[in-house]
Amino acid sequence: MNRFSYHRADTIDDAVRALAADPAAKIIAGGTNLVDLMKYDVEKPSTLIDVTRIEALKGISETEDGGLRIGALVPNTTVAYDERVASRYPLLASAILAGATPQLRNAATTGGNLNQRTRCYYFNDVATPCNKREPGSGCSAIGGLNRIHAILGASEHCIATHPSDMCVGLAALGADVHVVGPDGERVIPFADYHRLPRDAPQRDNTLRLGEIVVSIVLPPDAASHGVHHSYLKLRDRLSYAFALVSVATALTMEGGTISSARIALGGVAHKPWRRQEAETALAGRAADEHSFAVAADLLLDGAQGHEHNAFKVELARRAVIRALGQAAAGTPQSQTDKRIA
Amino acid sequence: MSVHRDLPARAIVGTQTVTIAIALNGERRSLKVSPATTLLDLLRHDLALTGTKKGCDHGQCGACTVIIDGQRINSCLQLAVMQDGKAITTIEGLSPDGALHPLQAAFIERDAFQCGYCTPGQICSGVALIAEGRATSREEIREHMSGNICRCGAYPNIVDAIEDVLVQRGQLMKETVE
Amino acid sequence: MLKNDTHIGSPRSRVDGPAKVTGKATYAAEFATPDLAHAYIVGSSVARGKITGIDVAAAGAVPGVIKIFTHENRPRTAWLSFRHKTIVGPPGRPFRPLYSDEIQYSGQPIVLVVAESFDVARHAASLVKVAYEQHPHETDLGRARSDSYEPPRRRLGIAPPPKPRGDAAKAYDEAAVRVSAEYTIATEHHNPMEPHATTVIWEGGGKLTVHDKTQGVQSSQAYVARVFGLSSDDVRVISPYVGGGFGSGLRPQHQLFLAVMASLALERSVRLELTRQQMFSHVHRPETINVLSLGADQDGKLTSIQHHALAATSRFEDHQEVVVNWSGLLYPAENVDLRYELAKLDTASPGDMRAPGAPLGVFALESAMDELAIAAGIDPIELRLRNYAERDENDDKPFTSKALRACYSEGAERFGWSRRDPKPGSMREGRELIGWGMASGVWDANMMKTSARAVLGADGKLAISCATSDIGTGTYTILTQIAADALGLAMDDVTVALGDSSLPTSPVQGGSWTAASAGSAVMAACQSLRETLVKHAGKIDGSPLVGAGIDDVAFAGGRIMMRLDASRSLSLADAVAAAGGSVEAEESAGPGLLGLMLPKSHSSYTHAAVFAEVRIDQDLGVLRVTRIVSAVAAGRILNPKTARSQIIGGVVWGIGMALHEETLTDHRLGRIMNHSFAEYHVPANADIHDIEVIFVEEHDDKTSPIGVKGLGEIGIVGTAAAIANAVHHATGNRIRSLPITIDKILADAV
Ligand SMILES: Cc1cc2nc3c(=O)[nH]c(=O)nc-3n(C[C@H](O)[C@H](O)[C@H](O)COP(=O)(O)OP(=O)(O)OC[C@H]3O[C@@H](n4cnc5c(N)ncnc54)[C@H](O)[C@@H]3O)c2cc1C
Ligand code: SF4
Ligand code: FES
Ligand code: FES
Repeated sequence: MNRFSYHRADTIDDAVRALAADPAAKIIAGGTNLVDLMKYDVEKPSTLIDVTRIEALKGISETEDGGLRIGALVPNTTVAYDERVASRYPLLASAILAGATPQLRNAATTGGNLNQRTRCYYFNDVATPCNKREPGSGCSAIGGLNRIHAILGASEHCIATHPSDMCVGLAALGADVHVVGPDGERVIPFADYHRLPRDAPQRDNTLRLGEIVVSIVLPPDAASHGVHHSYLKLRDRLSYAFALVSVATALTMEGGTISSARIALGGVAHKPWRRQEAETALAGRAADEHSFAVAADLLLDGAQGHEHNAFKVELARRAVIRALGQAAAGTPQSQTDKRIA
Repeated sequence: MSVHRDLPARAIVGTQTVTIAIALNGERRSLKVSPATTLLDLLRHDLALTGTKKGCDHGQCGACTVIIDGQRINSCLQLAVMQDGKAITTIEGLSPDGALHPLQAAFIERDAFQCGYCTPGQICSGVALIAEGRATSREEIREHMSGNICRCGAYPNIVDAIEDVLVQRGQLMKETVE
Repeated sequence: MLKNDTHIGSPRSRVDGPAKVTGKATYAAEFATPDLAHAYIVGSSVARGKITGIDVAAAGAVPGVIKIFTHENRPRTAWLSFRHKTIVGPPGRPFRPLYSDEIQYSGQPIVLVVAESFDVARHAASLVKVAYEQHPHETDLGRARSDSYEPPRRRLGIAPPPKPRGDAAKAYDEAAVRVSAEYTIATEHHNPMEPHATTVIWEGGGKLTVHDKTQGVQSSQAYVARVFGLSSDDVRVISPYVGGGFGSGLRPQHQLFLAVMASLALERSVRLELTRQQMFSHVHRPETINVLSLGADQDGKLTSIQHHALAATSRFEDHQEVVVNWSGLLYPAENVDLRYELAKLDTASPGDMRAPGAPLGVFALESAMDELAIAAGIDPIELRLRNYAERDENDDKPFTSKALRACYSEGAERFGWSRRDPKPGSMREGRELIGWGMASGVWDANMMKTSARAVLGADGKLAISCATSDIGTGTYTILTQIAADALGLAMDDVTVALGDSSLPTSPVQGGSWTAASAGSAVMAACQSLRETLVKHAGKIDGSPLVGAGIDDVAFAGGRIMMRLDASRSLSLADAVAAAGGSVEAEESAGPGLLGLMLPKSHSSYTHAAVFAEVRIDQDLGVLRVTRIVSAVAAGRILNPKTARSQIIGGVVWGIGMALHEETLTDHRLGRIMNHSFAEYHVPANADIHDIEVIFVEEHDDKTSPIGVKGLGEIGIVGTAAAIANAVHHATGNRIRSLPITIDKILADAV
């Protein structure tokens, strides 16, 4: 772990100022990702800006139009067990509870979860080349060990995935990310928050210099799914493992017919993967295996496996079909009973 | 427990040591820490509270679990400097007057450990689980205890021990096997 | 055998429980002393080559750094290869840290930074820059396979494959029913929860107290004395608690060498703790490929067994295990051909890991037996019964005892095996396919020469001591039980001290021999105490025990009494007083020592039958092991409570081997890449459901004087095969490479 200065910020402005002043400075919230990476010497911030005392980043509140605002500092556990979240956005609660462990969720914050970095083996080992960690050094995962890597939206420079479960739920719900920077506040639609690697894999998201996430806003229109949702996560052991593939889906149903659908995939790309075509294809369709398969194929169109992860293409397809089935039936996947309903 | 903060809210302190005040196992402590020191290393190296274990130092095993302001947390990923004003309970704080916490006793009764290295983390985690009140079946205990790896494989006995205490407290009806 | 047992054979809670649940049990990295320096290792980032330069300027400039050791400035100590050898080491040249500029594997320790604090040492280590000249390396067993060889020198204590019997190839060709396939098991790392660590306390005057994570304090002591040219009186190793070993602490690991080296050079106390990543820089279970062919007649009677295994080893040592011999042991056949070969890789040396060799070979054998059962249309248990070995045909000896038949029947009964529909894919619930599989397990039952001391004080308290370790196996507890029963005391009146090199001699703790060996030694020491006490008791004026011999009395409730007349008794305290205030005895026990065993005339093994239920989602391949029954025949069970835990632990390891554990190496870099607990998966709590343990009755008076055979390894041996067989039963697909991950289930299902 490198030497760094420690700056405890008491206001958003203070944090933004400190961050804008030093491109090598980093925000620290729950620390569960940043401290982890600092011990591996992957992250070497010059200054840590401790935002955990900033009151304005805390709390969950109603928005005027009936949505829900979640402060960047709200711990994952608090969000998952919040009654408003559990009743209106149960998909989000489920996605959070599918991730990490009770201990980690207690420390992990909403803003930190959004900004956690990839679990690519090479990214985490400074003895190996990695474009994301050291631009221009090469991508070791291509032609190397790539079981946990992307099948969609990857580039010749990086095939890493975004590891978050929560973000897959947020992507499906179409949340907004509120950020504040030196130029004030702006709102980034969730789909635009994370980016594809293209030729700059060192950039995970579209935050600009000096910007911090202040809150996530869940839209009112994503609160109408009732029991018709599911978060289905497939992994190498039954708990405490990152997703090989995960699916977040929420449907509005009229009888046996789907009127609208939201689907996002995790573990398959540099960002939660969502495609309008797949969702449109389900609107007005009967909730049956055939419709689900059509949607899955559209969502996975162009998916490309590598040596060790080619299985994910078919696995993801089947997971989408099953999750849609669970959502349509109103039997969301439990995160404690590991049998897949 | 609330503790007086003697560090100004806003401070750029560089890489020198910082003084923090915490309530550790019910006792107020004022401590000098370097920003790069984790809570786990502070406990183990500086305070000789070696009951809290280091199994991975990266949030991957749960051996370092302590209870901070009522929440179970991996102390290896917490910077000590950020704990200012917090109340921290470690395994050493669970039986302050020498009498075992019911979960400690249940761990012995159910043989819920072998080498004992994961045990303090398991117990702190279990104590928090009981307080959280969310686990109401063996299945849920298993999931809610999955943040604590036990390489000796004492899992079924760990679940038994926690189940016993939940049953004692009326939080759970004993499941009959089969 | 023991008589009048109150504690032995009864479930007893661990005597070290209170220390462990309160955090008071102290492990190797937890001993402290003022002025302790902290060390941190820098590992090689290439797999093979030479160090051409090490730049320590930046690291050395960090305030708080005391010294940076490299091969260029390491102190001159014993650098002769043989001095680095220990008894468990294989043939070859043991790895010597900081020996030269040569890089032998990726992750090899090449620099040691010593600083005033852990933070500083870690930070400075990150600033060390190393330049290499890289040489071509090989870490891929698939490619190294073509250069396989029979180990020219055998490893001590590892039986080579027996000589071929009959003509196995011909018999195979002529067999009515045949199966032949390749079975592989991935590299695994032990990953005990406690990382390897050593705290060296510099006592002054060249004396060291060493707290080492080891399974043998005296082995560490001898190693340190030998390598650094110290007198063994100057080195004391104390490790009362060990946070899991599983074989990783059998040989001294490099942190011991480095910490002692630094301490001696700096004349200061030093602690060195490996990181979890560095736990992948030494011992591991070698990747192993089995080629196994079975031939049988129409009735399933085996006529030919051919088992050829190829295991990875390092470039510099020939690590060896018993992998194939089990195939000649478990089932008799006229024609048997067993071979074991190695192939060299540029990795650290593999080493013993829980039941070394056995689960690898038995996975192949018991999978193949399942395949044969299907090919012959015979129930898997029936097939095994038809081929039940009544003798050890490898060594042509009778068994000391073998209750494997009872394991099959009692295990099957408890599991409900008779309700199994043999047709694959025939049992399901909703979208879950249910599979039931079974397998046999087998492991050596051994006893090693061990000594123990027993001291009974005037207060009636008994102190037992022995250098052996308790690595979580329950040794403290069973020795307490044995001693308490021997002298008729409550367990609270007995203390047991272990894990200190100054205590009576013991071998390393491994191979499941500790209970039998240390237990017998404690028995012998207590027996000697009893004799002394009775002798002195009889001499007291007006003693109620006058004229009594050792066979005439019983020890119970803190008293010595006449067997035939309990009213004639004397308190232990009085007997001790008569003997001069305290009585002490030190005794050894070992194979043949007590005249009870005929080690050369019989073979001794523990056995198990393992039954597994898996549930697999038919579309998604998600697998859950919902039930395991392990029926074990291991002689006498001293403590059913801790014994059950040992087996459960072994079964959990078997589940890990079957489903999770796999060290992933990037062969281009020659580097292990999943070197963390996040990506090297071991089972989590959610992965483990019901595990039922049955101890079948087995009487054995030849393996050890106390009837014990050992339990540390048998739990793992058949478990992976039982699960793989259950997977086949559920899905109809045979997966022959472990671990069975979701992609393999899907690949076969699609
Ligand atoms: C072993 C392990 C297993 C895990 N398993 C899972 C899993 O299965 N699923 C899953 O989803 N997650 C998993 N996690 C990841 C965990 O969810 C993240 O580490 C956590 O959400 C990060 O939040 P934090 O508050 O601790 O972030 P920090 O570590 O404090 O910060 C992470 C990053 O976010 C930046 N940041 C923090 N707050 C802000 C802000 N307000 N604005 C801008 N940038 C900010 C920081 O600068 C840093 O770069 C796991 C973690 C570990 C260690
Ligand atoms: S996939 Fe991305 S993160 Fe991984 S090695 Fe390649 S560039 Fe680095
Ligand atoms: S030591 Fe903190 S989680 Fe492993
Ligand atoms: S008791 Fe040894 S790791 Fe859990």
